[in-house]
Amino acid sequence: MNIIVCIKQVPDTTEIKIDPVKGTLIREGVPSIMNPDDKGGLELALQLKDQYGANVTVISMGPPQADVMLREAYAMGVDRAILLSDRKFAGADTLATSYALSGLCRMLDYDLIIAGRQAIDGDTAQVGPELAEHLGLPQITYVADIKLMDNGHLQVRKENEDSVQVLEVEGKCLLTVLASAVKPRYMSVSGIVEAYDKEVEVWSADKIDVDENLLGLKGSPTKVFQSFPKALKAPGEVHEVSEEEAVELIVNKLKEKHII
Amino acid sequence: MEKKDYKNVFVFAEQREGVIQPVAFELLGKARDLAEDLGEKVVALLLGYGIKDQAQTLIEFGADEVIVADTPELEHYLSEQYSQVMSQIIIDRKPNIVLYGATTIGRDMAPRLASRLKAGLTADCTKLEVKADDKGEVDLHSTRPAFGGNLMATIVCPNTRPQMSTVRPGVMQKMERQPGRQGVVTEFAPKFDTSKFKVKLIETIKADKQVADISEAKILVSGGRGVRNKEGFDKLQALADTLGGQVASSRAMVDNGVMPHECQVGQTGKTVRPGLYMACGISGAIQHLAGMEESDFIIAINKDKFAPIFSVADLGIVGDLHKIVPMLTERLKKEMAK
Repeated sequence: MNIIVCIKQVPDTTEIKIDPVKGTLIREGVPSIMNPDDKGGLELALQLKDQYGANVTVISMGPPQADVMLREAYAMGVDRAILLSDRKFAGADTLATSYALSGLCRMLDYDLIIAGRQAIDGDTAQVGPELAEHLGLPQITYVADIKLMDNGHLQVRKENEDSVQVLEVEGKCLLTVLASAVKPRYMSVSGIVEAYDKEVEVWSADKIDVDENLLGLKGSPTKVFQSFPKALKAPGEVHEVSEEEAVELIVNKLKEKHII
Repeated sequence: MEKKDYKNVFVFAEQREGVIQPVAFELLGKARDLAEDLGEKVVALLLGYGIKDQAQTLIEFGADEVIVADTPELEHYLSEQYSQVMSQIIIDRKPNIVLYGATTIGRDMAPRLASRLKAGLTADCTKLEVKADDKGEVDLHSTRPAFGGNLMATIVCPNTRPQMSTVRPGVMQKMERQPGRQGVVTEFAPKFDTSKFKVKLIETIKADKQVADISEAKILVSGGRGVRNKEGFDKLQALADTLGGQVASSRAMVDNGVMPHECQVGQTGKTVRPGLYMACGISGAIQHLAGMEESDFIIAINKDKFAPIFSVADLGIVGDLHKIVPMLTERLKKEMAK
């Protein structure tokens, strides 16, 4: 089985702070990490490799700095790492990003593509399903577990808000995985050492099967009109009252806000 | 593509097991505002099996027209089946705007459709408005949080139609139901390409309430050091049950083993944005605030009137949670019974 795992390097958004004076994001000193849902997806791919034998290729689109993350993937046990990196991809929204990734996937041999559910910098959850559509593959999102059945189909556990579904898929497909589903393995010591001798292939746009007019900003239907820090909340009301009055205040507010 | 050929505000009326989800009514409420600003109509799309009779409900909540696709293939949500029907309707009817709930269904299907239709899609919007630019071009402005809620971004699709957005449940207000409101029901007969049906649903298991994810909860009653122990959390649980919510916790009460890690809110726990967050006995360390300050409405109960939690609370009560929470629970039970 050949598995492609899509991974993205993201700023650790839990470490981002807002400059209280300028109201802008402070990105300095914010560590870059492998997106958690993608790491969950990579772990599930490596588990399939452990159980059934598989060839795992990680792919990523981004600036050259993503090399570190791809070496981390090598240290976790992947067989091949490809970084799609080109100025032509700059300004890509999810549709243009997924289109570029589809051009790369078409150059590779695969039976299964795994992506994270969503990235913590954008939280859109769009690239996975958009990539599946570009490639004409069936998709299952919010996946927590993958099993290979005797008939060659995959059986997948999908976690919804109010239910868990068991789904079966025949043939090539794309799955998006939840970080909460698995605990990713640590890099092995020998893996870390070897990771630095392995090659992270860097591919430019002319190496993949795409129409260049559909890449980057040009290929992006969505544009950022403006971005701004979240408005600081006006301080609310604080009351120092008897318990009875406190209950009254709370109940009235809940009614006013249509919560009850 | 001529932008002017695309008209009306479409709402995907999500149903599960034949029950139209609340988010569909909320989206209809917002769609009415947008349609009125545009001088266009609101059209609900109802897909399922044995659901035709519910079209009138959508009209009473704001739809001018309901397009119904009622066929056995659509009994359960499956990406390909639903995407085929949705894309056929969209290509046929050319909507200006299409709205979806940002649920596991909406967030599965909308990007699939965006890719199929080469349309722009904005995820998890918290604000939607139509605005004209200086050339008189009217576009949908979709505002959403990014970078873990640290930044807000307004997204537009100036060159493509339809303009599509997903909206989280609980964000928009539904309009008051107008019984007897008039509208058109149009039945749509989809043409399926069954060769693309590669995914089969084997079974659906209803989730155990205990394992429900706090980040999906609409109401959270959260406790900190002031709750003291398991018995204290029982009081919070009773309040949460009465409100139809869940219990969450600060890091302190997870570290000391009173609450499980899945319940932890904050930087090393989960980020939550419920409609109501009740912080009981939580002082409000910055790491905790980072995980919950996006909540729509925050009520804090704390003995210390200088507790930082009061700086983000919409309503702050200085007092003893061990007295107030049980009294509030009793009072709410009476209110709910009315």
